Amino acid sequence: MPVLARVIETLGIPTVTVTMMPDLAMKFRLSRVVGVEFPFGHNFGTPGNDAMMLAVARAACQALEEAGAPGYRLDLDLEWPVPLEVAYRSWQPPHPSPIVAQMLKRREG
Amino acid sequence: MTVDSYKFLPRSMRLAYEAVPAIDEPPAWAPLPKPLRRCTIALMTSAGIYLRDSQEPFDTEREKQEPAWGDPTFRVIPRSVRSADVACSHLHISHDDLLQDVDVVLPVRAFSALEAEGRIGSLADEHYSLMGYQDRRLEDWRNVQGPEIAARLKERAVDVLLLAPA
Repeated sequence: MPVLARVIETLGIPTVTVTMMPDLAMKFRLSRVVGVEFPFGHNFGTPGNDAMMLAVARAACQALEEAGAPGYRLDLDLEWPVPLEVAYRSWQPPHPSPIVAQMLKRREG
Repeated sequence: MTVDSYKFLPRSMRLAYEAVPAIDEPPAWAPLPKPLRRCTIALMTSAGIYLRDSQEPFDTEREKQEPAWGDPTFRVIPRSVRSADVACSHLHISHDDLLQDVDVVLPVRAFSALEAEGRIGSLADEHYSLMGYQDRRLEDWRNVQGPEIAARLKERAVDVLLLAPA
């Protein structure tokens, strides 16, 4: 997705990226990055947690107003409200994705 | 605090992502065209959501046959979307939470609240969904979907795009 941010920003539309992997986003030299320490598939929080979603949305607004040059990063101090050992599993799909399944098969072979 | 980008990932994925080199291209930058309180904002997710009754799923069958390929197309999601309207075709993440509440990846309620309080000008009427797992070259997104979405945003006088890679 960073390539889409870059293409669209280059065509004149400012972007802000809310991501679980801000380190990776910075490698793509994006304009404005908001980092959240959340599992994949949960950029704005847990289901029904409107306060958390609003906090992340406000941070995106802050990033849009504060960033004066590309490479801006704002990491949010929000703790994921699910124990790590549960959260580590629960974001993952029920079956390995095709590329992961292929890698596992090669490793076994 | 500094976010640990890999906190919830298996060690093999952490190592793979940490090894990704920084790109050797200039940074992307477009300034805000006006104060945020007057800007229209659109949202984009790569969670692979689509409208179950009116849109085609992303092509997971081809991905199963060609594991290095990912469907590069996008779906337009209206602002009026409800969680009950949404299905998901993404083979790399669990669907449970985002089907329970689509706002975890497409936060229409939060940005509607910011619109109501005047923090932003408005939330756009249409938003965008893609499936985040892609061919490594990303040529379609670079040459087709990226410019197409940018054109749609301009046609609709959208000032800012928020991206939420799932």
